[in-house]
Amino acid sequence: MKSSRWLSAYAVGVYAFLHVPLLVLAAFSFNASKFTVWQGFSLEWYRLAFANDVLVESAWNSLWIALASTAIATTAGTLCAYGLWKRKAPILAGSLYLSLVTPEIVTGVSLLALYQWIFRFLRLQLGMHTVILAHVAFCLAYVVITVIARLRTFDASLEEAAMDLGATEWQAFRLVTLPAILPGVIAAALLAFTVSIDDYVITSLVAGVDSETLPMVVYQMARRGVSPVVNAISTLLVLFLGILIVASERLQQRT
Amino acid sequence: MNRLRTWFLAPARTLNFVFFLVPLAIILAYSLMSRGIYGGVEMPWTFESYQRLFDPLYGGILMRSFAISLLSTVLCLVLGYPLALFIARSGARRNLYLNLVMLPFWTSFLVRTYAWMFLLRDTGLINTVLLAMGVIREPLPLLYNDGAVVLGLVYGYLPFMVLPLYTTLERLDKSLFEAAADLGARPFVAFVQVMLPLSMPGIRAGSILVFISCIGAYLTPDLLGGSKTIMIGNVVQNQFTGARDWPFGAACSLVLMALVMILLKLFLRKGEDQLL
Repeated sequence: MKSSRWLSAYAVGVYAFLHVPLLVLAAFSFNASKFTVWQGFSLEWYRLAFANDVLVESAWNSLWIALASTAIATTAGTLCAYGLWKRKAPILAGSLYLSLVTPEIVTGVSLLALYQWIFRFLRLQLGMHTVILAHVAFCLAYVVITVIARLRTFDASLEEAAMDLGATEWQAFRLVTLPAILPGVIAAALLAFTVSIDDYVITSLVAGVDSETLPMVVYQMARRGVSPVVNAISTLLVLFLGILIVASERLQQRT
Repeated sequence: MNRLRTWFLAPARTLNFVFFLVPLAIILAYSLMSRGIYGGVEMPWTFESYQRLFDPLYGGILMRSFAISLLSTVLCLVLGYPLALFIARSGARRNLYLNLVMLPFWTSFLVRTYAWMFLLRDTGLINTVLLAMGVIREPLPLLYNDGAVVLGLVYGYLPFMVLPLYTTLERLDKSLFEAAADLGARPFVAFVQVMLPLSMPGIRAGSILVFISCIGAYLTPDLLGGSKTIMIGNVVQNQFTGARDWPFGAACSLVLMALVMILLKLFLRKGEDQLL
Protein backbone atom coordinates (compact mmCIF):
# COMPACT_ATOMS: atom_id res chain seq x y z
CA MET A 1 0.00 0.00 0.00
CA LYS A 2 1.34 3.39 -0.95
CA SER A 3 0.04 5.27 2.08
CA SER A 4 1.68 2.87 4.53
CA ARG A 5 5.05 3.45 2.87
CA TRP A 6 4.64 7.18 3.38
CA LEU A 7 3.69 6.56 6.97
CA SER A 8 6.79 4.45 7.57
CA ALA A 9 9.04 7.09 6.02
CA TYR A 10 7.44 9.74 8.22
CA ALA A 11 7.91 7.57 11.30
CA VAL A 12 11.58 7.04 10.46
CA GLY A 13 11.96 10.81 10.26
CA VAL A 14 10.36 11.37 13.67
CA TYR A 15 12.47 8.61 15.23
CA ALA A 16 15.56 10.29 13.79
CA PHE A 17 14.43 13.58 15.36
CA LEU A 18 14.10 11.83 18.72
CA HIS A 19 17.34 9.86 18.68
CA VAL A 20 19.92 11.52 16.43
CA PRO A 21 20.63 14.51 18.75
CA LEU A 22 21.53 12.17 21.62
CA LEU A 23 23.58 9.90 19.37
CA VAL A 24 25.52 12.86 17.98
CA LEU A 25 26.06 14.15 21.53
CA ALA A 26 27.43 10.76 22.55
CA ALA A 27 29.61 10.44 19.43
CA PHE A 28 31.36 13.73 20.14
CA SER A 29 32.18 12.65 23.69
CA PHE A 30 34.75 10.36 22.03
CA ASN A 31 36.21 13.13 19.88
CA ALA A 32 39.92 13.90 20.29
CA SER A 33 39.35 17.60 19.61
CA LYS A 34 37.82 20.13 22.01
CA PHE A 35 35.97 21.64 19.05
CA THR A 36 33.05 20.26 17.10
CA VAL A 37 35.31 18.85 14.39
CA TRP A 38 35.99 15.13 14.36
CA GLN A 39 39.71 14.46 14.93
CA GLY A 40 39.82 10.83 15.92
CA PHE A 41 38.78 8.62 18.80
CA SER A 42 39.76 9.49 22.36
CA LEU A 43 38.69 8.75 25.92
CA GLU A 44 40.33 11.93 27.19
CA TRP A 45 37.02 13.61 28.17
CA TYR A 46 35.98 10.61 30.25
CA ARG A 47 39.36 10.69 32.00
CA LEU A 48 38.89 14.41 32.72
CA ALA A 49 35.35 13.84 33.98
CA PHE A 50 36.51 11.24 36.51
CA ALA A 51 39.45 13.43 37.54
CA ASN A 52 37.11 16.35 38.30
CA ASP A 53 36.54 16.35 42.07
CA VAL A 54 33.45 18.59 41.93
CA LEU A 55 31.82 16.27 39.40
CA VAL A 56 32.66 13.08 41.26
CA GLU A 57 31.47 14.47 44.57
CA SER A 58 28.20 15.69 43.05
CA ALA A 59 27.67 12.25 41.50
CA TRP A 60 28.01 10.65 44.95
CA ASN A 61 25.60 13.23 46.39
CA SER A 62 23.09 12.41 43.65
CA LEU A 63 23.46 8.70 44.33
CA TRP A 64 22.90 8.98 48.10
CA ILE A 65 19.97 11.35 47.65
CA ALA A 66 18.37 9.04 45.09
CA LEU A 67 18.88 5.95 47.25
CA ALA A 68 17.44 7.58 50.38
CA SER A 69 14.47 9.20 48.68
CA THR A 70 13.73 6.03 46.69
CA ALA A 71 13.70 3.94 49.88
CA ILE A 72 11.31 6.31 51.66
CA ALA A 73 9.06 6.96 48.64
CA THR A 74 8.84 3.27 47.71
CA THR A 75 7.90 2.20 51.23
CA ALA A 76 5.30 4.92 51.77
CA GLY A 77 4.07 4.66 48.17
CA THR A 78 3.61 0.89 48.21
CA LEU A 79 1.65 0.95 51.47
CA CYS A 80 -0.41 3.84 50.09
CA ALA A 81 -1.13 2.03 46.82
CA TYR A 82 -2.29 -1.00 48.79
CA GLY A 83 -4.49 1.19 51.00
CA LEU A 84 -6.00 2.95 47.98
CA TRP A 85 -6.61 -0.38 46.27
CA LYS A 86 -8.55 -1.58 49.32
CA ARG A 87 -10.65 1.48 49.94
CA LYS A 88 -11.32 4.82 48.38
CA ALA A 89 -9.49 7.90 49.65
CA PRO A 90 -10.45 10.50 47.05
CA ILE A 91 -8.75 13.46 48.74
CA LEU A 92 -5.39 11.70 49.02
CA ALA A 93 -5.67 10.29 45.48
CA GLY A 94 -6.58 13.73 44.15
CA SER A 95 -3.73 15.39 45.99
CA LEU A 96 -1.21 12.85 44.67
CA TYR A 97 -2.55 13.40 41.16
CA LEU A 98 -2.21 17.15 41.64
CA SER A 99 1.40 16.74 42.77
CA LEU A 100 2.06 14.94 39.50
CA VAL A 101 0.68 17.71 37.25
CA THR A 102 2.06 20.65 39.24
CA PRO A 103 4.82 22.37 37.25
CA GLU A 104 8.21 21.48 38.75
CA ILE A 105 9.14 25.10 39.26
CA VAL A 106 6.02 25.63 41.41
CA THR A 107 6.80 22.53 43.51
CA GLY A 108 10.35 23.82 43.89
CA VAL A 109 9.58 27.34 45.08
CA SER A 110 6.79 26.16 47.38
CA LEU A 111 9.16 23.68 49.06
CA LEU A 112 11.76 26.44 49.33
CA ALA A 113 9.15 28.65 51.01
CA LEU A 114 8.26 25.80 53.41
CA TYR A 115 11.89 25.23 54.37
CA GLN A 116 12.61 28.92 54.88
CA TRP A 117 9.52 29.18 57.06
CA ILE A 118 10.58 26.18 59.18
CA PHE A 119 14.11 27.57 59.51
CA ARG A 120 12.71 30.58 61.32
CA PHE A 121 11.90 28.29 64.23
CA LEU A 122 14.62 25.66 63.95
CA ARG A 123 18.34 26.16 63.53
CA LEU A 124 18.61 24.19 60.30
CA GLN A 125 19.96 24.86 56.84
CA LEU A 126 19.35 23.67 53.31
CA GLY A 127 21.32 20.49 52.67
CA MET A 128 21.05 16.82 51.78
CA HIS A 129 18.04 16.31 54.05
CA THR A 130 15.97 19.05 52.39
CA VAL A 131 16.79 17.65 48.95
CA ILE A 132 15.91 14.10 50.01
CA LEU A 133 12.53 15.14 51.43
CA ALA A 134 11.75 17.19 48.32
CA HIS A 135 12.54 14.17 46.14
CA VAL A 136 10.34 11.94 48.29
CA ALA A 137 7.50 14.43 47.78
CA PHE A 138 7.58 14.25 43.99
CA CYS A 139 8.55 10.56 43.66
CA LEU A 140 5.64 9.40 45.80
CA ALA A 141 2.96 9.74 43.12
CA TYR A 142 5.08 7.83 40.57
CA VAL A 143 5.43 4.92 42.99
CA VAL A 144 1.73 4.86 43.88
CA ILE A 145 0.68 4.81 40.21
CA THR A 146 3.10 2.04 39.26
CA VAL A 147 2.24 -0.19 42.22
CA ILE A 148 -1.52 0.32 41.88
CA ALA A 149 -1.30 -0.72 38.23
CA ARG A 150 0.29 -3.96 39.42
CA LEU A 151 -2.31 -4.47 42.15
CA ARG A 152 -5.09 -4.23 39.57
CA THR A 153 -3.76 -7.40 37.96
CA PHE A 154 -3.65 -9.19 41.33
CA ASP A 155 -6.50 -11.51 42.28
CA ALA A 156 -7.94 -10.22 45.56
CA SER A 157 -9.50 -13.59 46.34
CA LEU A 158 -6.03 -15.00 47.08
CA GLU A 159 -5.76 -12.61 49.97
CA GLU A 160 -9.27 -13.44 51.17
CA ALA A 161 -8.36 -17.13 51.07
CA ALA A 162 -5.32 -16.46 53.26
CA MET A 163 -7.48 -14.63 55.77
CA ASP A 164 -10.11 -17.39 55.71
CA LEU A 165 -7.31 -19.76 56.61
CA GLY A 166 -6.47 -17.66 59.65
CA ALA A 167 -3.94 -15.06 58.48
CA THR A 168 -4.28 -11.59 59.94
CA GLU A 169 -4.69 -8.70 57.54
CA TRP A 170 -1.02 -7.77 57.97
CA GLN A 171 0.12 -11.36 57.41
CA ALA A 172 -2.01 -11.61 54.28
CA PHE A 173 -0.40 -8.45 52.94
CA ARG A 174 3.15 -9.44 53.84
CA LEU A 175 3.04 -13.11 52.88
CA VAL A 176 0.59 -13.19 49.96
CA THR A 177 0.04 -9.82 48.31
CA LEU A 178 3.48 -8.23 48.66
CA PRO A 179 5.41 -11.15 47.10
CA ALA A 180 2.91 -11.18 44.22
CA ILE A 181 3.28 -7.48 43.47
CA LEU A 182 7.03 -7.34 44.17
CA PRO A 183 8.04 -6.90 40.49
CA GLY A 184 5.77 -3.85 40.40
CA VAL A 185 7.30 -2.50 43.59
CA ILE A 186 10.84 -2.90 42.23
CA ALA A 187 9.80 -1.29 38.95
CA ALA A 188 8.36 1.63 40.94
CA ALA A 189 11.59 1.95 42.92
CA LEU A 190 13.67 2.03 39.73
CA LEU A 191 11.37 4.69 38.32
CA ALA A 192 11.59 6.80 41.48
CA PHE A 193 15.38 6.43 41.46
CA THR A 194 15.54 7.62 37.85
CA VAL A 195 13.28 10.60 38.46
CA SER A 196 15.28 11.55 41.54
CA ILE A 197 18.74 11.29 40.02
CA ASP A 198 17.75 13.34 36.99
CA ASP A 199 15.93 16.21 38.70
CA TYR A 200 17.43 19.65 38.27
CA VAL A 201 14.65 22.24 38.70
CA ILE A 202 13.41 21.35 42.20
CA THR A 203 16.82 20.25 43.47
CA SER A 204 18.57 23.47 42.49
CA LEU A 205 16.08 25.45 44.58
CA VAL A 206 16.28 23.39 47.78
CA ALA A 207 19.95 22.30 47.74
CA GLY A 208 22.54 23.79 50.08
CA VAL A 209 26.23 24.42 49.50
CA ASP A 210 27.19 20.89 50.56
CA SER A 211 24.55 19.09 48.53
CA GLU A 212 25.18 19.97 44.88
CA THR A 213 23.91 17.17 42.67
CA LEU A 214 25.22 15.91 39.33
CA PRO A 215 22.50 17.65 37.26
CA MET A 216 23.33 20.95 39.01
CA VAL A 217 27.00 20.67 38.06
CA VAL A 218 26.14 19.57 34.51
CA TYR A 219 23.81 22.58 34.22
CA GLN A 220 26.54 24.99 35.33
CA MET A 221 29.05 23.46 32.91
CA ALA A 222 26.55 23.55 30.04
CA ARG A 223 25.86 27.20 30.82
CA ARG A 224 29.54 28.08 30.78
CA GLY A 225 30.13 26.85 27.24
CA VAL A 226 31.45 24.08 25.06
CA SER A 227 33.18 21.26 26.84
CA PRO A 228 33.19 17.69 25.62
CA VAL A 229 33.37 16.72 29.31
CA VAL A 230 29.65 17.56 29.49
CA ASN A 231 29.09 15.24 26.52
CA ALA A 232 30.96 12.48 28.34
CA ILE A 233 28.94 12.81 31.57
CA SER A 234 25.72 13.12 29.57
CA THR A 235 26.48 9.92 27.71
CA LEU A 236 27.17 8.03 30.93
CA LEU A 237 24.03 9.43 32.56
CA VAL A 238 21.77 8.52 29.63
CA LEU A 239 23.23 5.01 29.45
CA PHE A 240 22.81 4.50 33.19
CA LEU A 241 19.23 5.81 33.28
CA GLY A 242 18.40 3.92 30.08
CA ILE A 243 19.42 0.62 31.65
CA LEU A 244 17.33 1.34 34.76
CA ILE A 245 14.29 2.24 32.66
CA VAL A 246 14.53 -0.84 30.48
CA ALA A 247 14.80 -2.95 33.65
CA SER A 248 11.77 -1.18 35.13
CA GLU A 249 9.73 -1.74 31.95
CA ARG A 250 10.67 -5.42 31.86
CA LEU A 251 9.53 -5.87 35.45
CA GLN A 252 6.25 -4.07 34.84
CA GLN A 253 5.42 -6.27 31.87
CA ARG A 254 6.33 -9.53 33.59
CA THR A 255 3.37 -11.45 34.90
CA MET B 1 -9.89 -4.26 60.11
CA ASN B 2 -10.30 -0.76 58.79
CA ARG B 3 -7.76 0.60 61.22
CA LEU B 4 -4.87 -1.21 59.54
CA ARG B 5 -5.90 0.17 56.18
CA THR B 6 -5.81 3.67 57.61
CA TRP B 7 -2.28 3.01 58.86
CA PHE B 8 -1.26 1.92 55.37
CA LEU B 9 -2.25 5.32 54.06
CA ALA B 10 -0.74 7.29 56.94
CA PRO B 11 2.91 7.67 55.78
CA ALA B 12 1.99 8.81 52.28
CA ARG B 13 -0.77 11.03 53.62
CA THR B 14 1.65 12.71 56.04
CA LEU B 15 4.37 13.16 53.41
CA ASN B 16 1.93 14.50 50.84
CA PHE B 17 0.38 16.86 53.37
CA VAL B 18 3.61 18.27 54.81
CA PHE B 19 5.64 18.43 51.60
CA PHE B 20 2.97 19.25 49.03
CA LEU B 21 -0.21 20.74 50.49
CA VAL B 22 1.37 22.83 53.27
CA PRO B 23 3.93 24.38 50.88
CA LEU B 24 1.10 25.31 48.52
CA ALA B 25 -0.80 26.89 51.41
CA ILE B 26 2.31 28.90 52.34
CA ILE B 27 2.62 30.06 48.73
CA LEU B 28 -1.03 31.10 48.79
CA ALA B 29 -0.45 33.13 51.98
CA TYR B 30 2.76 34.70 50.62
CA SER B 31 1.04 35.74 47.40
CA LEU B 32 -1.29 37.92 49.48
CA MET B 33 1.46 39.55 51.56
CA SER B 34 3.85 42.44 50.93
CA ARG B 35 7.42 42.21 49.79
CA GLY B 36 10.00 42.36 52.59
CA ILE B 37 12.84 44.88 52.41
CA TYR B 38 15.51 42.16 52.56
CA GLY B 39 13.54 39.56 50.63
CA GLY B 40 10.94 37.38 52.29
CA VAL B 41 7.48 38.66 53.11
CA GLU B 42 5.87 41.21 55.41
CA MET B 43 2.46 42.33 56.49
CA PRO B 44 -0.03 43.84 55.55
CA TRP B 45 -2.17 41.63 53.36
CA THR B 46 -2.55 42.97 49.84
CA PHE B 47 -3.67 42.03 46.33
CA GLU B 48 -0.83 44.02 44.82
CA SER B 49 1.07 40.99 43.50
CA TYR B 50 -1.95 39.82 41.52
CA GLN B 51 -2.51 43.32 40.15
CA ARG B 52 1.07 43.34 38.87
CA LEU B 53 0.21 40.39 36.63
CA PHE B 54 -1.78 42.85 34.52
CA ASP B 55 1.33 44.98 34.05
CA PRO B 56 2.04 45.01 30.27
CA LEU B 57 5.48 43.48 30.92
CA TYR B 58 4.16 40.44 32.75
CA GLY B 59 0.96 40.25 30.71
CA GLY B 60 3.25 40.07 27.68
CA ILE B 61 5.25 37.21 29.18
CA LEU B 62 2.03 35.38 29.95
CA MET B 63 0.81 35.78 26.36
CA ARG B 64 4.20 34.71 25.00
CA SER B 65 4.18 31.60 27.19
CA PHE B 66 0.72 30.80 25.86
CA ALA B 67 1.75 31.31 22.23
CA ILE B 68 4.95 29.24 22.58
CA SER B 69 3.06 26.43 24.33
CA LEU B 70 0.27 26.41 21.76
CA LEU B 71 2.70 26.31 18.83
CA SER B 72 4.68 23.49 20.50
CA THR B 73 1.48 21.53 21.09
CA VAL B 74 0.37 21.86 17.45
CA LEU B 75 3.81 20.77 16.23
CA CYS B 76 3.75 17.78 18.61
CA LEU B 77 0.38 16.79 17.17
CA VAL B 78 1.62 17.09 13.58
CA LEU B 79 4.71 15.01 14.37
CA GLY B 80 3.04 12.65 16.81
CA TYR B 81 -0.19 11.64 15.06
CA PRO B 82 1.37 9.85 12.08
CA LEU B 83 3.94 8.27 14.41
CA ALA B 84 1.22 6.97 16.75
CA LEU B 85 -0.69 5.64 13.74
CA PHE B 86 2.45 3.93 12.46
CA ILE B 87 3.03 2.27 15.85
CA ALA B 88 -0.62 1.22 16.19
CA ARG B 89 -0.47 -0.48 12.78
CA SER B 90 2.87 -2.18 13.19
CA GLY B 91 1.57 -5.44 14.61
CA ALA B 92 3.89 -7.52 16.75
CA ARG B 93 6.58 -4.88 16.90
CA ARG B 94 4.37 -2.18 18.39
CA ASN B 95 5.81 -2.54 21.90
CA LEU B 96 9.34 -2.11 20.61
CA TYR B 97 8.37 0.95 18.58
CA LEU B 98 6.50 2.47 21.50
CA ASN B 99 9.47 1.92 23.81
CA LEU B 100 11.69 3.66 21.27
CA VAL B 101 9.53 6.76 21.81
CA MET B 102 9.34 6.45 25.59
CA LEU B 103 12.98 5.58 26.28
CA PRO B 104 14.46 9.03 25.57
CA PHE B 105 11.58 10.52 27.53
CA TRP B 106 12.68 8.84 30.75
CA THR B 107 16.35 9.56 30.28
CA SER B 108 17.59 12.90 31.53
CA PHE B 109 15.58 15.93 30.44
CA LEU B 110 18.59 18.11 31.18
CA VAL B 111 20.83 16.08 28.88
CA ARG B 112 18.25 16.17 26.11
CA THR B 113 18.09 19.96 26.39
CA TYR B 114 21.89 20.18 26.41
CA ALA B 115 21.95 18.08 23.22
CA TRP B 116 20.21 20.94 21.41
CA MET B 117 22.62 23.50 22.86
CA PHE B 118 25.40 21.34 21.48
CA LEU B 119 23.79 21.23 18.03
CA LEU B 120 22.55 24.81 17.77
CA ARG B 121 25.12 27.13 19.28
CA ASP B 122 27.49 29.30 17.22
CA THR B 123 30.29 26.77 17.53
CA GLY B 124 27.80 23.90 17.51
CA LEU B 125 27.59 21.04 15.06
CA ILE B 126 25.10 22.55 12.61
CA ASN B 127 26.94 25.85 12.26
CA THR B 128 30.33 24.11 12.06
CA VAL B 129 29.14 21.84 9.26
CA LEU B 130 27.45 24.64 7.32
CA LEU B 131 30.54 26.85 7.66
CA ALA B 132 32.84 24.05 6.54
CA MET B 133 30.64 23.38 3.52
CA GLY B 134 30.72 27.06 2.63
CA VAL B 135 26.94 27.40 2.77
CA ILE B 136 27.22 30.28 5.23
CA ARG B 137 30.02 32.69 6.08
CA GLU B 138 28.99 33.51 9.61
CA PRO B 139 27.33 31.26 12.15
CA LEU B 140 23.54 31.39 12.08
CA PRO B 141 21.95 32.58 15.34
CA LEU B 142 20.16 29.30 15.98
CA LEU B 143 20.26 29.28 19.77
CA TYR B 144 18.81 31.68 22.34
CA ASN B 145 15.56 32.54 20.56
CA ASP B 146 11.88 31.53 20.50
CA GLY B 147 12.45 28.97 17.76
CA ALA B 148 15.03 27.11 19.84
CA VAL B 149 12.63 27.04 22.80
CA VAL B 150 9.79 25.64 20.68
CA LEU B 151 12.17 23.03 19.25
CA GLY B 152 13.32 22.03 22.73
CA LEU B 153 9.74 21.77 24.02
CA VAL B 154 8.56 19.69 21.05
CA TYR B 155 11.58 17.43 21.45
CA GLY B 156 11.03 17.11 25.18
CA TYR B 157 7.30 16.49 25.27
CA LEU B 158 6.54 14.63 22.03
CA PRO B 159 6.17 11.32 23.94
CA PHE B 160 3.34 12.89 25.98
CA MET B 161 1.45 13.30 22.70
CA VAL B 162 2.31 9.93 21.19
CA LEU B 163 1.31 7.77 24.15
CA PRO B 164 -2.38 8.77 24.51
CA LEU B 165 -2.76 8.97 20.71
CA TYR B 166 -1.40 5.46 20.35
CA THR B 167 -3.74 4.16 23.06
CA THR B 168 -6.75 5.59 21.21
CA LEU B 169 -5.68 4.60 17.71
CA GLU B 170 -4.80 1.08 18.75
CA ARG B 171 -8.35 0.47 19.95
CA LEU B 172 -10.01 1.70 16.75
CA ASP B 173 -11.81 -0.95 14.74
CA LYS B 174 -10.04 -1.28 11.41
CA SER B 175 -13.18 -2.50 9.66
CA LEU B 176 -14.66 1.00 10.01
CA PHE B 177 -12.12 2.34 7.50
CA GLU B 178 -12.63 -0.63 5.22
CA ALA B 179 -16.35 0.10 5.34
CA ALA B 180 -15.70 3.75 4.51
CA ALA B 181 -13.50 2.69 1.59
CA ASP B 182 -16.08 0.15 0.39
CA LEU B 183 -18.70 2.85 0.43
CA GLY B 184 -16.50 4.92 -1.84
CA ALA B 185 -14.75 7.30 0.51
CA ARG B 186 -11.32 8.32 -0.68
CA PRO B 187 -8.51 7.83 1.88
CA PHE B 188 -8.39 11.53 2.75
CA VAL B 189 -12.17 11.76 3.22
CA ALA B 190 -12.18 8.55 5.28
CA PHE B 191 -9.44 10.02 7.43
CA VAL B 192 -11.18 13.34 8.05
CA GLN B 193 -14.69 11.97 8.48
CA VAL B 194 -14.06 8.67 10.23
CA MET B 195 -10.66 8.39 11.80
CA LEU B 196 -10.13 11.94 13.04
CA PRO B 197 -13.42 12.17 14.99
CA LEU B 198 -12.82 8.74 16.52
CA SER B 199 -9.32 9.68 17.65
CA MET B 200 -10.45 12.87 19.37
CA PRO B 201 -10.03 11.47 22.92
CA GLY B 202 -6.35 10.78 22.23
CA ILE B 203 -5.84 14.14 20.52
CA ARG B 204 -7.44 15.93 23.46
CA ALA B 205 -5.52 14.06 26.15
CA GLY B 206 -2.19 14.32 24.32
CA SER B 207 -2.63 18.02 23.56
CA ILE B 208 -3.52 18.92 27.12
CA LEU B 209 -0.59 16.96 28.54
CA VAL B 210 1.85 18.65 26.18
CA PHE B 211 0.34 22.09 26.71
CA ILE B 212 0.41 22.01 30.51
CA SER B 213 3.99 20.72 30.43
CA CYS B 214 5.02 23.55 28.11
CA ILE B 215 3.22 26.31 29.99
CA GLY B 216 5.02 25.31 33.20
CA ALA B 217 8.39 24.84 31.49
CA TYR B 218 11.41 26.37 33.15
CA LEU B 219 14.56 24.55 32.07
CA THR B 220 13.97 24.71 28.30
CA PRO B 221 13.46 28.50 28.02
CA ASP B 222 16.21 28.99 30.59
CA LEU B 223 18.83 27.10 28.56
CA LEU B 224 17.65 27.51 24.96
CA GLY B 225 15.88 30.87 25.11
CA GLY B 226 17.50 34.27 24.92
CA SER B 227 17.11 37.07 27.43
CA LYS B 228 13.85 38.03 25.70
CA THR B 229 12.43 34.51 25.62
CA ILE B 230 11.36 34.13 29.17
CA MET B 231 8.22 32.23 30.15
CA ILE B 232 6.14 32.27 33.35
CA GLY B 233 8.29 29.55 34.91
CA ASN B 234 11.37 31.73 34.59
CA VAL B 235 9.56 34.69 36.17
CA VAL B 236 8.68 32.48 39.15
CA GLN B 237 12.27 31.28 39.54
CA ASN B 238 13.66 34.79 39.23
CA GLN B 239 11.37 36.24 41.91
CA PHE B 240 12.53 33.61 44.40
CA THR B 241 16.25 33.80 43.64
CA GLY B 242 17.33 36.98 41.85
CA ALA B 243 14.67 39.65 42.31
CA ARG B 244 13.70 38.44 45.79
CA ASP B 245 10.08 39.47 45.38
CA TRP B 246 8.50 36.40 46.98
CA PRO B 247 4.88 37.63 47.00
CA PHE B 248 4.96 38.24 43.25
CA GLY B 249 6.70 34.91 42.60
CA ALA B 250 4.07 33.21 44.73
CA ALA B 251 1.24 34.92 42.83
CA CYS B 252 2.76 33.81 39.50
CA SER B 253 3.06 30.24 40.83
CA LEU B 254 -0.57 30.14 41.84
CA VAL B 255 -1.76 31.57 38.53
CA LEU B 256 0.30 28.91 36.75
CA MET B 257 -1.13 26.21 38.96
CA ALA B 258 -4.71 27.47 38.52
CA LEU B 259 -4.19 27.53 34.75
CA VAL B 260 -3.03 23.92 34.74
CA MET B 261 -5.95 22.77 36.88
CA ILE B 262 -8.57 24.65 34.85
CA LEU B 263 -7.19 23.26 31.58
CA LEU B 264 -7.20 19.71 32.93
CA LYS B 265 -10.74 20.11 34.22
CA LEU B 266 -11.96 21.58 30.92
CA PHE B 267 -10.30 19.22 28.50
CA LEU B 268 -10.12 15.87 30.20
CA ARG B 269 -13.37 13.97 30.46
CA LYS B 270 -14.29 12.13 33.60
CA GLY B 271 -12.18 9.04 34.01
CA GLU B 272 -9.32 10.32 31.88
CA ASP B 273 -7.98 12.31 34.79
CA GLN B 274 -7.99 9.34 37.12
CA LEU B 275 -4.52 7.95 37.08
CA LEU B 276 -5.06 6.58 40.55
